[in-house]
Amino acid sequence: MEFLHALAQYDFLQHALVAGLLAGVASGIIGSYVVVRRIATISGAIAHFVLAGLGAARWLQVVHGQQWAQPLLGAVAAALVAAAIIGLVSLRAGEREDTVIGALWAIGMAVGILFIARTPGYNEDLMSYLFGNVLLVGAEDLWLMVLLDLLVVGCCVTLYPQLQAVCFDEEFARIRGLRIEATYLLLLSLVALTVVLLVSIVGIVLVIALLTLPAAVAGRFTSTLAGMMVLASLLSMVFTSAGLAVSYGPDLPAGATTIVLAGLAYIGVIGFAALRRRLGRRS
Amino acid sequence: MTAGPAVEIEGLSFRYGGRHWVLRDVDLSIDRLDFASVIGPNGGGKTTLLKLLLGLLEPDRGSIKVLGTSPERARPRVGYLPQHATIDASFPIRVLDVVLMGRLAPSRPLVRFGRDDRRVACAMLERVGLGGFERRSLAELSGGQRQRVLLARALAADPELLLLDEPAAGLDIKVEQDFFQLLGELNRTKTVLLVSHDLGFVSAFVKTVVCVHGGVDVHPTSELDGTMIRDLYGGDVRLVHHDHSLGSH
Repeated sequence: MEFLHALAQYDFLQHALVAGLLAGVASGIIGSYVVVRRIATISGAIAHFVLAGLGAARWLQVVHGQQWAQPLLGAVAAALVAAAIIGLVSLRAGEREDTVIGALWAIGMAVGILFIARTPGYNEDLMSYLFGNVLLVGAEDLWLMVLLDLLVVGCCVTLYPQLQAVCFDEEFARIRGLRIEATYLLLLSLVALTVVLLVSIVGIVLVIALLTLPAAVAGRFTSTLAGMMVLASLLSMVFTSAGLAVSYGPDLPAGATTIVLAGLAYIGVIGFAALRRRLGRRS
Repeated sequence: MTAGPAVEIEGLSFRYGGRHWVLRDVDLSIDRLDFASVIGPNGGGKTTLLKLLLGLLEPDRGSIKVLGTSPERARPRVGYLPQHATIDASFPIRVLDVVLMGRLAPSRPLVRFGRDDRRVACAMLERVGLGGFERRSLAELSGGQRQRVLLARALAADPELLLLDEPAAGLDIKVEQDFFQLLGELNRTKTVLLVSHDLGFVSAFVKTVVCVHGGVDVHPTSELDGTMIRDLYGGDVRLVHHDHSLGSH
């Protein structure tokens, strides 16, 4: 109740709520691809590499007065670079893929921390990048989020059959003449954009959870990829909104609260399924 | 349908990145409407041969012609059934959507499946004995049913040549026999080439046995005997003769 009163009163809460809903759409759709294509670790590496972009942009802004260097733009650039590197490595397979993923993961963090260390306001920035601070989302951020959302949703709807075919059976899709490399790189780019959307809500460290948990829960209730996407999006919106509402009264971090709620739902669903299997076996 | 053999390989050698030769000086010709079973020990190059025929790998030496052209150009006229282990059985997808993937083609960059595609996909499901399964979820099917769905997907492009990689792995005997009978029927209009590490798979429908063990020997099934198998597997293998008798169970 307290939350609803505050919501009516404060702009920043309304922005936070809308940001959570916008991020929920993309996280449900792309998260479903991440889960069925099993690229959660790749998504994690992209997310952590984003710190380099955030740090560099913030440094340019604060230290060099380059106002155009919005942190969100830096994040988009870094995420796309990471997606391209991982995509090309895994397609060419010259290097061991998991080594490259691990390297990008750590190097991105290191570069980001160096930039942030050279920027006044070190601690606040770092904490909100790592764990999210949805209450800092401004009106102009929301427009950028709308744009990213439209891009992600548009691509996923128009290219659904291709993306589905590549995720389901890449070799067969190649034999049927689909352009596997291009499709896979596009998918990773969409993951990258979604990661950026989610970073402002739950932060770099917690992004993987919001990408995978709603989709994993949804996957247990649907028999199609499209159904999984719709349900995962709805769940993701519920989690971000509930996370905001629950955290507001006791003044908890909203991002972490959101993830804990999503995690509880996931564990609950798995536990329930296991219980039902055991009971079913007994009867 | 163009004339000439379905598969024509001359002087083919292949190895993965400079390591030892997996296939060496292979000559092989498979006639149209043949039913060929590629057998041989694990690591002998069976799957490699299949990937070469699909144009997924390039030969280091020699030439491959599939349906009278290069493997890559032949792809639209080739139906492929991968090893079932490569398919994620928990993928959330309906049977019809799996079969529709067989309708993908290079000429359709932005895919929208239409009524024709759906009609063909349903007909293929009917063909493999899964009529009415269109809206079922792949995850809830048995192993044998899943193989049939993948076969329907391979058939959806109306291929002239069917390439199957270990189609019976993990199926029980009865299901395997039914599956083979289906392949036998399809063989009336299509060339069938399958890979198997299981000799039990040389069923009555198979007309030609291709033994792959670095090199390649071809035998009509009537010649198959213990000596040949001893040579191939390098030891005594007890030969189990089983006729796939039709409808006599």
